[in-house]
Formats: sequence, structure tokens, C-alpha cells
Amino acid sequence: MANINTAIKAEARDLNFFYSNGARALKGISMPLYENKITALIGPSGCGKSTFLRCFNRMHDLYPGNKYEGQIVMYPDNTNVLDAGVDPIEVRMRISMVFQKPNPFPKSIYENVAYGLRVRGENNKRIMDDKVEEALKGAALWNEVKDRLHDLAFNLSGGQQQRLCIARALATDPEIMLFDEPTSALDPIATANIEELMVELRSKLTILVVTHNMQQAARVSDYTAYMYLGELIEYDDTDRIFTNPGRKETEDYITGKFG
Amino acid sequence: MATQAMQAPMELTISPRLAKNIRRNVKERIIELILMLAALTAVATTFAIVGVLLYESVSFFKTVSVVEFFTATEWTPLFEDAHYGIMPLVSGTLTTSAIALAVAVPIGTITAIFLSEFASHKARETVKPILELLVGVPTVVFGYFALFFVTPLLQSVYPELPSFNMLSAGIVMGVMIIPYIASLSEDAMRAVPMSMREGSYAMGATRFQTAIKVVAPAATSGIVAAYILAVSRAVGETMVVAVAAGQQPTLTFNPLEGAATITAYIVQVAMGDLPHGSIGYQSIFAAGLVLMVMTLSFNIIGHWIRKKYREHY
Repeated sequence: MANINTAIKAEARDLNFFYSNGARALKGISMPLYENKITALIGPSGCGKSTFLRCFNRMHDLYPGNKYEGQIVMYPDNTNVLDAGVDPIEVRMRISMVFQKPNPFPKSIYENVAYGLRVRGENNKRIMDDKVEEALKGAALWNEVKDRLHDLAFNLSGGQQQRLCIARALATDPEIMLFDEPTSALDPIATANIEELMVELRSKLTILVVTHNMQQAARVSDYTAYMYLGELIEYDDTDRIFTNPGRKETEDYITGKFG
Repeated sequence: MATQAMQAPMELTISPRLAKNIRRNVKERIIELILMLAALTAVATTFAIVGVLLYESVSFFKTVSVVEFFTATEWTPLFEDAHYGIMPLVSGTLTTSAIALAVAVPIGTITAIFLSEFASHKARETVKPILELLVGVPTVVFGYFALFFVTPLLQSVYPELPSFNMLSAGIVMGVMIIPYIASLSEDAMRAVPMSMREGSYAMGATRFQTAIKVVAPAATSGIVAAYILAVSRAVGETMVVAVAAGQQPTLTFNPLEGAATITAYIVQVAMGDLPHGSIGYQSIFAAGLVLMVMTLSFNIIGHWIRKKYREHY
């Protein structure tokens, strides 16, 4: 694998995951996330991509009965974020997430972006104003909303709402950002905006993105992982995965023979 | 298809296999009629009530001027020296209702937040039915509970409290309407999509922050609807106030005094034997009209607030 010198930001080690009904959704997944790179997870529906992504910020903790086995080690802390002694809230403060469907809060544009700062106890208006502006600029939304920051977020278009959700996730300076099929509810133009944004964000943070659009993975990511039925089939440079995959299963999926 | 030749035009007939099925159509119309009649029952009753209230009130206002009705400070329609000021009854109604809401709104809302956001599935399935059991308790039982349990309890703290007082009636009425607020608000909060909660948790919010800052605002419209229903319940409640708050119309907002409410007056007078057409008889309808206008205006305000904060998800 090329670029082996790139620093590792986080790493799954023999990760298994079980839903409360006992179903084993992830089977012994081990793979690194390289710092300041975009890693894409591809695979057919139900293969466990989203399940895997949601392990990183412990979203599965919200539903009783779910069980992790194995490790997700975050660097430089060298800590297994799945350990029972780790506070999921602290994890989520450093690993933020953008969802499949834009899910702004029933608040103003400004308050949506300020939300993460407020839950962290920040109340200084000057700091807040600066952070909100910075995050909205980072999400390429500032010019469109700067004159109506106190409008309700629901009045924005779907693509704008998704960029607002990215701004919201950016405002707290996360180290890793998880994108769970961030463009599946958007039109092609909005999709292109979000993809461009992800590439820009790469310089600031590490990105893990689930997509079931293979072309999207090819366009934006540096590394691609192909998953099938809860297993990691292949993980490599995106270029290699799409031009010369090492496994027959990957090739079948990439070329559309399957899936 | 372009290559296919069109059939030659021919006189069209309705084949018996496609003709209108009279029997089915008639049956369908009859069912439709029955359904509409059922719906009309409620509507017609409402109009009939409004009609009777208005009709009798008009006769009442032929004797009593509207100005006196709203400005006089005494309500003694059955006395030799009759006064017709509705305000003493309105003050009693508003005071008891305000106390009831002061009890029911915070407790009901907090209960709803607990049930919707904090309680485990098992706890919710246990607590909710018990809470809803409160709705099934006859209001007269609540009335005597206020008079014989809560009032003596309050008197042990504040001995000067009269046996009939609005505080005790208001508190018990509040307890009585907690289930309405809790149950409806809980439904509204549970209807908030999980994706919104996940968005909040993913930002590092705690459960309490998520409940207060995201779920409750998203459910505002439903919660306000619950409050409005509670207001209407409190304003229209009869037995608790008639039993525990006293029957003496007094123009006061002091909860430590006893005072009659509009409903208490109506039930008191309606149980006596007043001759039809007498001014005392008509005063019931004038009081009822005021009550209805009050509830109606609360409902309109509530409707307006709900429209303003309707859910966007």
C-alpha cells in the first residue's frame, strides 16, 4: 500500500458489532484512518458501512442492547474509544458527524451552528459570533446566509441545510468528521458542492465517508474500503481499488457485475 | 403504434359488462349518508347549545344592561336586592384555573420529558397507564379529596384558611389535569424524529440538553395544544370547585379565600327550582355564554400559537 508514511488518526482493530437482537453486523474489521485523508466506505445496502461509521462516535450507545467487541484506537491519545471507561460525550466532542438526511434543529441558522459551542458551555457572544462565521465560511454557506442568520434553519433548501449541518459539525473544531451518505438526499448540484467541500476540509481534519455511490468515492476519497455482509473485503488506495482491485469480489462490485 | 391501422368509427354502446352498477352505487350512497349523519350529530349539538345560550342570554340582556353585567362587582341574581356583575364569578374561575395550571404545567411537562426522553421502555409502560388512570377518577371524588384532605392539610400550615378556599380546589384540579398535559406532551415529543435527537447527541450533547434544547422546541406545537386543552379543562371544571372552593360569589383573586366560579354558580342554580323565564333562570345562560366565550378564546389563541410553531420536520 502506498503512502504508508502518512500518520494514522484512528484505527479499527478486529472490530465486531452486535445489535440488540443478537445480529452480528460487523465481523472482525481492522483498518486505519489516515490523518488529513478522506476514506470512503463502499458496498451494497446492508453491508454494515453505516454501522461501522457509527461505531467511531459511539452512536450505537443511544440504543440499549447494542454491543461492541474489539477496538477503535484514536491517536494521539492511544485510547480505545469503545472502552467502557471512555465517555461517549467526550468522544463526540472530537469526532463529529453529518447525517444522511439534513437534520437541522428547530432553531435559527445561527443557533444551529452555535449549538455545539453552547452544549460545551460557551456563552461569550464575541467568540460565538466568530466561530459561527468561521464555520459557515468553512461550509461555503456564509455568503448565502450572512444577512439572515436569525431565520429558521428549515427555510433553507436541502443542500443549504446539509451545508448548515456541516457548519454545525465544524464549529467545534473536530478532529475526525463522519459523513453518513451525506448527499443521498440531494440534487446533483448540491452534491457537487458538498463533495468539493469535503475535499477542502481534508486539510483541517480526517474524514470517513459512507457512500453507496461508487463514483462519489472515486471522485473524493484517498482511500476506499469495500465491505460486504459485515466484512471488510478490501482496503486500499482509491486509485488502486478502482483500477486494479486485488480481490475478485471488489472487482465484481466496482464493475457492476454485482450489487 | 404508428404502423397499426385505426379501427373504423362505429356507433358506441355501453356494454352491460361496463354499465353502472345501480345496486352498488345505492349501497355506497347510503353508507356515505350514515357516516355524514354521525359526523353531523356533534356539529348540530354544538350549534344547538350555542343557539340556546344566545337565545336565553338575549332575554337576560333585555333586563340587565351589558355594561352592568361586566362592571358591577356583585353577583346576586337570586336576592331581593339583585346585582348582575359577572366579574366575581370570572375572578373565581380565573384564580382557580391559574392555580391549577401553575401546578399542572410544570409537573406535567417535566413528567412528559422524563417519560419521553429518560424513562426506559419498561418504566414508561408502567408509569403511563397509572398516570392515565387519574383521568378515570370521577371529578366529584377529587372535589371531596380537596375538601377533606388537602384543605385540612393546608390548614395545618396556615390555620386561618377557610374550609372553602380556591387554593385547595386549584391544587387538586391541577393534579387532576396533570395526565392530560403529560400524556399529550409525551406523544408530541415522541413524535420528534430520532434523526433530530441523533444530530444533537452527535454534537456531544447530553440527554438533558437534547431534551430541553432540541426535542421540546421541536414539539412546541403539540405541547401548546396540551396546555390549551388543560386550560379548557380547568376553566370548565365544575365539581371540584363547587365542592371545595365554595358557593359564594366574591370578587377576589386571593387564593386563600373561597369564591364561586361560573361553573359552580351554574350547577348550584340549576339544581334549585327556578321558574322558566325568570331572570335567575336566564342568568344561568348568560354565565354559560361567558364561559363558552372564554374557552373559545383560549382555543383560538392556542390554535394561533400552534400555527406559528408548527413542526417543520
